[in-house]
Amino acid sequence: MQFEASNLIPVAPELYILGLACLVLVIDLFLDDEQRIFTYALTQVGLIFAIFITLSVGQTEAQIVFDGSYIRDGMSDVLKVSIYVITIGAFLYSKEYLVEHGLFKGEYYVLGLFAVLGMMVMVSAQSFLTAYLGLELLSLSLYALVAFDRDSKAGSEAAMKYFVLGAIASGMLLYGISMIYGATGALNFTTVTIALTETGMEDIVLVFGLVFVVIGLAFKLGAVPFHMWIPDVYHGAPTPVAQFLGAAPKIAAFALAMRLLVDGMMPLHSDWQQMLIILAILSMALGNVVAIAQTNIKRMLAYSTIAHVGFIMMGILAGTPEGYSASMFYTIIYAVTSLGAFGIIILLSKKGFEAENLDDYKGLHERSPWFAAMMMLFMFSMAGVPPTVGFWAKLFVLDAVVGVELTWLALVGVFFSIIGAFYYIRIIKLMYFDKADNTLPVVGNLDTRIALSVNGVLMLALGLFPAALLTICVRAIGG
Amino acid sequence: MTADWPILSLTIWLPIIGGALLLAIGDRCSNASRWMALATAILTFVISISLYCGFDSSTAQMQFVERAPWIPVFNVEYYLGVDGISMPLIILTTFITIFVVIAGWEVIQYKPAMYMAAFLIMEGVMVGVFAALDAMLFYVFWETMLIPMFLIIGIWGGPNRVYATIKFFLYTFFGSVFMLVALIYMYFQSGSMEILAFHELKLGLTEQIFIFIAFLLAFAVKVPMWPVHTWLPDAHVEAPTGGSVILAAIMLKIGGYGFLRFSMPIAPDASQELDWLIIGMSLIAVVYIGFVALVQQDMKKLIAYSSIAHMGFVTLGFFIVFQIAANSDASGGAILGIEGGMVQMVSHGFISAAMFLCVGVLYDRMHSRQISDYGGVIHTMPVFGGFMVFFAMANAGLPGTSGFVGEFMVILASFRANFWFAFLAATTLIVGAAYTLWMVKRVIFGKVVNDKVHSLQDINRREFIVLGSLAVAVLVLGLWPAPLIEVMDASVVSLLEHIKVSKL
Repeated sequence: MQFEASNLIPVAPELYILGLACLVLVIDLFLDDEQRIFTYALTQVGLIFAIFITLSVGQTEAQIVFDGSYIRDGMSDVLKVSIYVITIGAFLYSKEYLVEHGLFKGEYYVLGLFAVLGMMVMVSAQSFLTAYLGLELLSLSLYALVAFDRDSKAGSEAAMKYFVLGAIASGMLLYGISMIYGATGALNFTTVTIALTETGMEDIVLVFGLVFVVIGLAFKLGAVPFHMWIPDVYHGAPTPVAQFLGAAPKIAAFALAMRLLVDGMMPLHSDWQQMLIILAILSMALGNVVAIAQTNIKRMLAYSTIAHVGFIMMGILAGTPEGYSASMFYTIIYAVTSLGAFGIIILLSKKGFEAENLDDYKGLHERSPWFAAMMMLFMFSMAGVPPTVGFWAKLFVLDAVVGVELTWLALVGVFFSIIGAFYYIRIIKLMYFDKADNTLPVVGNLDTRIALSVNGVLMLALGLFPAALLTICVRAIGG
Repeated sequence: MTADWPILSLTIWLPIIGGALLLAIGDRCSNASRWMALATAILTFVISISLYCGFDSSTAQMQFVERAPWIPVFNVEYYLGVDGISMPLIILTTFITIFVVIAGWEVIQYKPAMYMAAFLIMEGVMVGVFAALDAMLFYVFWETMLIPMFLIIGIWGGPNRVYATIKFFLYTFFGSVFMLVALIYMYFQSGSMEILAFHELKLGLTEQIFIFIAFLLAFAVKVPMWPVHTWLPDAHVEAPTGGSVILAAIMLKIGGYGFLRFSMPIAPDASQELDWLIIGMSLIAVVYIGFVALVQQDMKKLIAYSSIAHMGFVTLGFFIVFQIAANSDASGGAILGIEGGMVQMVSHGFISAAMFLCVGVLYDRMHSRQISDYGGVIHTMPVFGGFMVFFAMANAGLPGTSGFVGEFMVILASFRANFWFAFLAATTLIVGAAYTLWMVKRVIFGKVVNDKVHSLQDINRREFIVLGSLAVAVLVLGLWPAPLIEVMDASVVSLLEHIKVSKL
């Protein structure tokens, strides 16, 4: 491979984030606790700047660099921008919580930025190895973030579980990749695709490789039966970390699925479609049913994530551009919605008190009509009730599934969303129909309040005008 | 025909924006929110009247059409328009909402602004359901409708409100998601989301039957038809008076409207095949639910069951058409059936609203809905007693009231199909008279049973205006139904011609 400076332009955003992370790390060393706000501000401004850099290097046609192992295309641009936006949102929500819980440290932002970098690499991966590198960078940052509250036993336990299961998943993925390498002799997606078209599914090694890759993916996405880590990690991690974990990495996991399955192994579509159908149905069934039994809102949201992953997979398994763009829309919307739902938990949590039991939401409407209304919008959006945007996300996925004559799967999907509606409206019932145990007004930091209001109104605004975002998704996939 | 003003959009968005404003203002100045709600409701009604005035009843074409692209990628449009079937229902909606606002005037003390706002938003959304000509737009309005009603029952309802409202939400949500899949399926068959394009779509019998069943799940829950009616008595009993009125007067009609707009024209052959199912369910509703109503101890429950029985007439009238077509070539009978069903819907909108308001008047004073707590109300509330007896008579189908017209038309149509259908349907006149009049006898007449009844105050001017206006509406429609029938005639005839042509 010859070095060419022009190769670096498509990866400018990645280089920039890497530089930013290092800069934040170094600068933070020279700051004492009162000046920590500077680290925060630098991170946020830096991320906003990243949006412009990504948009300015973006072009319509795809660019593949570094010997076909790295790609910058429409999908990667859109996903990267949404990752920045969601990370900015998550940092905005979390500042007050971190300060109150004594977690307001520079490392939080450094690890966050490295996680963002990992996600960007996953989003732009064009070979199995690149994808794996990005995934590991993301995972290692997240393990550390989950254990960020060093004094919390639950946090350490969650991090340990996450680490062990994550390592198993990475092992599975690598094992699968090695088999595919053995069968096709290549690691980058273009060559693998060509090789697969020639050999087809004759090769038993390929089948095994595919199975292991799908298992690794399912672990990372949190699809049943590889979902066990999700509830524990969401429950044990500090709330802002759970918020970040539940939103941005979902986008990266979607990208990983797209890159590995669609870019890498499209000739095996009919095989992985079968596997994804099973995973999707199991996820929707188990996620929605078990969520009903939860009394802890973080665990409830964890199971709800599992159910949503089922829906995201339904779009991917359709195997059509409509399906991919529907899935992409769904993932972005889900990430934004879940950001808001966790935002409410952060808003209500005080020093020494986590608003994580469902009963803590009783009578929220009395205490703060505005934020109760926002939470209602998040819940209706997750349940898929119009006029919130969650409805359109579900609709587009169902549309794609019916489009490939899998109407029965769409029926299964809607059936489980009826079950799902129950636990979402239970939150609304608690907020609106029950009497509050305490009538303290909700006081929150201005950052959190603004973020929540924007986030909640977005649910309604996108629900009334979904066309713009959908068009962006369709263009990103098509181009 | 395009009007200069986007009247339909105004009718939809004016109350919604008014409701949003009310939410923003809140309860800071106590009476302002009530007056603002009333002004919005009246203004909306006045605007919707112009639909009637500008309506061309000689054509079955959609009128007051508004079209704009909404989600171009999926061909979803903001596409509104009315014909003779939907227009009367829109005016019914705007008319009834005024009384709901007035009825809640003094009674609702807990967050009145939010209460009024919920009803105004509800009004706009329900008008949207009737006016939408794009399937997705229809579905969005259809589901959005659940949110305000869910909150109304849950926040201002009775002691068992949480159970009732969650049951209501899940039942209707369950019904409608299958309709969503059917709509998506047809989108792929036709490449368009227009309801009118679905009407023209050629479908095989198996497809039609699946689509018909998906729609049936949605609409039968909404109407509600036996055996999926059980949410209705719970919801009615727990809902505040205004909620019961909207539920009975308008929400139930949306189910009936759905049969006319979707099931019958989209799947005519399946409707023909499965008409026995609907007719059977309707007759069970009419007869069996009538008997169930007879034994109720709770006034609201009794009226709720009577609503189910009356809606049974509506669905019977709609689907008897297929039997008539099979028996003879007399299309007159078929027109009679559908128009009878429509008249019955509008009339039931007035009467059930009035009945629930009557119960509301009593409940506000006595805080009881048990029939046994009352007796001899006429001695202390003569004016009210007069109204209640009148509305009860209308509910029982007394000639001269609107209740008679619809039932009579449907029974006449049933005769053309099958004597026994008509016979069974006609027995409801007896059962209906029995349960309504027996209730009136126990509540209104007789001796004054207890001190509470003794100290009752007769209705005030506000209540008099509400009940008086509804009484006038019931009488006018009963004595002179021609304007309503005239408006819908062209649309009904064209619908019948459409469903006669097999799609196979």
